[in-house]
Amino acid sequence: MGRFNLRQLVARLRGGFVSPFALRRLGVLGMNARNVQYIARYNDRDRYPIVDDKLNTKRCARRHGIPVPELIAAFESQPSRRRVMEVIEPLWQFVIKPARGSGGKGILVVVGREGDNYLKPSGAAVSREDVLRHVSNIHSGLYSLGGKPDRVMIEALVDFDPVFDRYSFEGVPDVRVIVFRGFPVMAMLRCSTHSSDGKANLHQGAVGVGIDLATGKSCHAVQRGLRIARHPDTEMPFDELVVPGWRDLLRLASRCYEMTGLGYLGCDIVLDRRRGPLLLEANARPGLAIQLANGVGLRTRLRHIEALDMEQLERSVEARVDYAMNAFAAVPA
Amino acid sequence: MSPRAQVYILAALLTVMGAGLTIYKNRELGFPLLPGEYRTVWTIEAKVRFTADGGPVKAALTLPRAQRNMQVLGETFSSSGFGFNIVRDDDEYRAVWSRRSASGNQTLFYQLDVHQTPGAPLEQPLALSTEVAPPFLGAREQEAVRQAIYSLVDTARDRSSDTKTFAAQLLIALNDPRNQDRNLIFSHYKNRSLVDVALIVLAAAEIPAHRIRGLYLEDDRRRLDPEDLLEVYDGRRWVVFEPNTGNPGVPPNFFIWQRGGKSLLDVEGGRNSRVTFSVISNDVPARDVAMLSTSNEKEALVDFSIYSLPIEQQSIFKLILLVPVGTLVVVLLRVFVGLRTSGTFMPVLLAIAFIETRLFTGLAIFVLILVLGLWVRFYLSRLNLLLVARIAAVVVTVVILMGVISVVSYKLGIEQALTVTFFPMIILAWTIERMSIVWEEDGPYEVVVQAGGSLLVAVLAWWVMTNRFVEHWTFNFPELLLVLLGFILIVGNYTGYRLGELMRFRQLVR
Repeated sequence: MGRFNLRQLVARLRGGFVSPFALRRLGVLGMNARNVQYIARYNDRDRYPIVDDKLNTKRCARRHGIPVPELIAAFESQPSRRRVMEVIEPLWQFVIKPARGSGGKGILVVVGREGDNYLKPSGAAVSREDVLRHVSNIHSGLYSLGGKPDRVMIEALVDFDPVFDRYSFEGVPDVRVIVFRGFPVMAMLRCSTHSSDGKANLHQGAVGVGIDLATGKSCHAVQRGLRIARHPDTEMPFDELVVPGWRDLLRLASRCYEMTGLGYLGCDIVLDRRRGPLLLEANARPGLAIQLANGVGLRTRLRHIEALDMEQLERSVEARVDYAMNAFAAVPA
Repeated sequence: MSPRAQVYILAALLTVMGAGLTIYKNRELGFPLLPGEYRTVWTIEAKVRFTADGGPVKAALTLPRAQRNMQVLGETFSSSGFGFNIVRDDDEYRAVWSRRSASGNQTLFYQLDVHQTPGAPLEQPLALSTEVAPPFLGAREQEAVRQAIYSLVDTARDRSSDTKTFAAQLLIALNDPRNQDRNLIFSHYKNRSLVDVALIVLAAAEIPAHRIRGLYLEDDRRRLDPEDLLEVYDGRRWVVFEPNTGNPGVPPNFFIWQRGGKSLLDVEGGRNSRVTFSVISNDVPARDVAMLSTSNEKEALVDFSIYSLPIEQQSIFKLILLVPVGTLVVVLLRVFVGLRTSGTFMPVLLAIAFIETRLFTGLAIFVLILVLGLWVRFYLSRLNLLLVARIAAVVVTVVILMGVISVVSYKLGIEQALTVTFFPMIILAWTIERMSIVWEEDGPYEVVVQAGGSLLVAVLAWWVMTNRFVEHWTFNFPELLLVLLGFILIVGNYTGYRLGELMRFRQLVR
């Protein structure tokens, strides 16, 4: 009886906190361990520019034959109004991005035009002046780390595969794959919601859908840390969700290892209607929210790869994808 | 060697070095470990007075020698019109005042500050002779006195086992007014002190002995005459006795001025010479005592440290030395708790400003400037300015705001707000800029979270930095920074979970 009360007391004192031992047992990767044991150990500093600058990523991806969204123009220095207008005048749809933006900041998506104004995915109109100011802001380093002057890139808008249309509200659904030493180890689909304001960041309220590596089917979905079964805006059940061409997508993610040389890598991939999976960007410091989306700890899988011997690690992309699809299949709940 | 092992070895080395230096400074140099420790410093003044005869005058005063249990912090001599120097005479130092011609009453001063360091035993004198000159007890002395002296010696010898106990017994007998022998001796040596008589009796017993002149250190004593102790050679070493009680050992608070029987003061060319002492005690911060005693010895650790800087720079360093403590707080909160702040070490700068402004004034001013600055910044963002120009505009705005806050609050009689100048302007401007971007990108909620996080860290850092122990340790033991550095290196190796993650990943445990 006394012991029972004690346990209740401990639970009450602990509030929303869980025991670190429980997390360790589940193989959850913490921020500190990620930084020290994976990023610092497997990611060489001199490889960072490849992923930190999206123009470099694009260039590199093209050299390795990895498909990326089409680059329309890039401005190395502060462009004149006329240069910018010359580029965007003939376009109906385009995306303006900072080359070194962090956390998805500073991305302006234009999906159409209405007279002199440009339309955002939410339907809001932005004026020509707003677009020019955005270009100027990017260039002066407003969205880059440390406020360093940045380059502006204008990309073609991806012609999204409509399979995810009903799983996303206003935004761009993309697949994040964590690739460890060339092996895809975990994947999730990020669906924007009304409460995330069209953004795909989980902490802003987007839905994270864990994808089974073996099949490409959804296996788990969370919003704001709580497990859900349907998209909060579109009411679509997630258990019907399947990512088409899953193996191609994993192959693309796996190839990013050779391209970047980074051992611990996050790849953001979108699905184009005609071209299939495209690499949107790569990240040398991928976040840990993917564990929440999958309901599974990442560390167990990383340890699994670390335990492989040299011969297994140096296999081809195909072999690595096969291995990962076998080894990391989701356990049916 | 793996980087991890290197970190631990380096951290251990740094810790050992820092802790070792700290212990050395505490133990050997007397720097106090806790703030607010005071030490008693005695100011002893020797006043030499004599009447000069009109011709050449020379006065020599024996100076106290360095002693293990007393530390001389400083000495001053005053002697108007006299030439002055210190001469070494055998193993004694003597202050010599001299003048070609002087007449009338003369007064000379010698003053010294001493600090008592308890526990150290008295060193054995090296150069004191152990030869005994038997007392001249011939015809001049009455037979009865002679008998009395030898009777005292015999009784004491019967009741003792060695020289030490013999001396103690002898002193007890000499202090006993019912003892007939003793009374007889004292009636013969009418004007002699107890120690004089004891020396005669000890000489009769063929035991080497001499007097020790000194003072009892008691507060606010004036016109003291030196007091005597007795030092007896027991065949191997010298033992000190308090003559009135016969107890061995130097009494606490006794300051030894001179060991051995030489004169304390010699005056040539003068009469009625006399030396009197006065004693005052002062309570001085322990650190100052340590500084004084080490600066005399030119201790390299102190001589080549921040203490050798001018006072003004020292007070700046006092603040600078607190910065590492602030950074440690930030490191702990980020690594173990996972608080989000705007700008990694911005809270430390805020905390430093809070030290100058006091906490609540500082918080109020910070929030006021942030709110007004954000408001101005939102207007500026509509003007399509380049980033550098916009931040410069925010800096100017912040400066104007600071001026306005100062003037208005001064007119309203709130003088604390004048400390607004201690806020780092550029940092404030950048913070405003960052916050406004966060506002646009992630909404006002995130602004509140980040500003709140920064303020929380700043307040915690302020709290630690203003702790009187921390203040004391960082300034008096800067070598503790090495320990702190070692600790930060170890923290940098922590791969466990953060407190925030225990909350964040709670769904995974279900």
